[in-house]
Amino acid sequence: MPTEDRKDPAAPAVRFERVTKRFGDHTVLDGLDLEVGRGERVTLIGPSGSGKTTILRLLMTLERVTDGLVLVDGQPYSHMPRGAGGKLVPADERHLAVLRRRIGMVFQQFNLFPHMSVLENVVEAPVHVLGEGREEARRRARDLLDLVGLGDKAEARPTRLSGGQQQRVAIARALAMRPEILLLDEVTSALDPELVAEVLDVLRDIARNTDITLLCVTHEMGFARDVSDRILMFDRGRIVESGPAGELLESPTHARTRAFLGSVR
Amino acid sequence: MADFPAELRRALPRLAEGLLVTAEATVLGAALALLLAYVLGLSSRSARLPVRGAARFVVEFFRGTSLYVQLFWLFFALPMVGFRLEPLACAVLALGLNYGAYGAEVVRGAITAVPRAQTEAGIALGMGPALRLRRVVLPQAHALMVAPFKNLLVQLLKATPLLSLVTVPDLTFQIDQLRSATGATAASYLLLLGLYFAMAVGLSLLMNALERVAKARLGQEGGA
Amino acid sequence: MWDGEAARAALPAVLEGFGVTVLATVPAFAVAVVLGLVLALVQRAGPRWLALPVRAAATFVRSTPLLVQLFAAWVLVPALDAPVLGVLVLGVHYATYLSEVYRTGIDAVPRGQWEACTALSLPRRRVWRAVVLPQAVRNVLPPLGNYAVSMFKETPLLSVITVHEMVHEANTFGSTHFAYLESFTLAAAVFLLASWPTSVLVRRLEERLAH
Repeated sequence: MPTEDRKDPAAPAVRFERVTKRFGDHTVLDGLDLEVGRGERVTLIGPSGSGKTTILRLLMTLERVTDGLVLVDGQPYSHMPRGAGGKLVPADERHLAVLRRRIGMVFQQFNLFPHMSVLENVVEAPVHVLGEGREEARRRARDLLDLVGLGDKAEARPTRLSGGQQQRVAIARALAMRPEILLLDEVTSALDPELVAEVLDVLRDIARNTDITLLCVTHEMGFARDVSDRILMFDRGRIVESGPAGELLESPTHARTRAFLGSVR
Repeated sequence: MADFPAELRRALPRLAEGLLVTAEATVLGAALALLLAYVLGLSSRSARLPVRGAARFVVEFFRGTSLYVQLFWLFFALPMVGFRLEPLACAVLALGLNYGAYGAEVVRGAITAVPRAQTEAGIALGMGPALRLRRVVLPQAHALMVAPFKNLLVQLLKATPLLSLVTVPDLTFQIDQLRSATGATAASYLLLLGLYFAMAVGLSLLMNALERVAKARLGQEGGA
Repeated sequence: MWDGEAARAALPAVLEGFGVTVLATVPAFAVAVVLGLVLALVQRAGPRWLALPVRAAATFVRSTPLLVQLFAAWVLVPALDAPVLGVLVLGVHYATYLSEVYRTGIDAVPRGQWEACTALSLPRRRVWRAVVLPQAVRNVLPPLGNYAVSMFKETPLLSVITVHEMVHEANTFGSTHFAYLESFTLAAAVFLLASWPTSVLVRRLEERLAH
């Protein structure tokens, strides 16, 4: 049965239902329930290995769930209905391809395509995945590069750019797909300290001027406070505490959260 | 001995013919090998087990049985089951099959060596498997293939004197004729080795240039 | 088409040839292993007046066909028996491959190891024997194994200088009994049976050493 795009306008953008993810014997996520509203900005914090990045990777289908269900806009995403009874079975590549287009991701290590120029990196997916015209895609790509402050680097090779510049190209590349949900996976962790600000400023801009749904994993608490509606504190695959950004950062109730915030400040 | 230069001059047209035959076998054999390398290398990464298994079997078979046995089998044994190929066709086929099997491992290895993160970036941009392979992985894998392909190409070139063993009038055959006519054994073989050395160096330089271009396209300076 | 009787008759000859092939490969590879190391060390650590001509000669031998080298040696050095000559030519040819393997293996030993030796004022011989070569061995073993397999598959070339190895035997049997199909197919099967497990072993070794 071909997957239809039946978006439920009332449903949350992302919903995890009792999601478990194991790597061998190691349980990374343990029966996790999670909801992210449309247009909501959520930041995941917690010690490394607590499962934050795995949540983003599950949403991007870079990993598959061991158990449980992931829904996007109310539609099963990790699974698809099969047969008359609509029994849910693990999604195949065709099913994933449909919903995946609503989601974009920016990686810790940028992952730009080294064999393409900056502009080609941004144009590639709109032309070959969305089927946009080349001229139109180039025009939009130049606008996006202007937005991230790299309008003059369009013809450069990614390897010629600084880490901060590469990461801004990666942001433009993700935005070129007009994602409704943007995943930011420790986007400043690989950067030299003096390059962090230029990337975070671009992201603050995007948060302010669009209604995109944001899921971030970051250790930059100042940035988390500025952009997020809600912060989730993770430890060992579970949410130990969640709340509005200011509240959770100012007066954490859980001892784990206090200890963690103490260690990153 | 004294008339070697004169004999050599007289033999030049035949040597040129032989050189052409050797070049023909090298180019056609390499072209067939390249084609097979891609087909077998990509198939051996297929998600479908029968495709993958068949590709692995073919690769292991042609790597595991010696090139000489393959050539002689095509030349001597195949006619006994009713297929007679031209000697040159036997040689091109044997070279193509044998080096294609080695090349398949190069293709497979190069694809595996492209960082997984590049594939993930492709997935995050909504690209399907075929598009990712064509636009993201292969262009980067190509740069990694050039150096091992260079080695295989020189090996293939160095295997072409085998043609003379299955009656193809190649360079080795013609120079052997010259040797018989003049008795100048050392001079003849030195000439033959020198010509092969020149061809090997030429091919290496060509492939080095290719590698520099391929690496420059990835934004890596200089190349090897 | 396939004559089982002929195949059974060909088997002893092919197997005898196989014995000769193995008997030629083993000493030839030993020559290659030792001479290859000498070539690599001379190029890497020898005096310039020796290193440069050695590199040039090794490059020449590596870049020219083994078959022609065999022909040339056969007519130019009539003093040696065919098997001895064949083993030597094969060994020298592969030594030029292995010298490159050693060279890359030595280059892959991290710079820091050399610097640590300098900091400890270790004598040069000690640096090579105790620090560099033991680490290089790890890098070198898998390619060495691969070259052993590929030399084994090139040994049939010795038949052109009348060494009675497997392909020679298959050819002789094929022509006298008009049973090329059976004799060459058997030879191919024996090669496959012998080289395939060796390749698998080498790959295992490679995986073990990679960790």
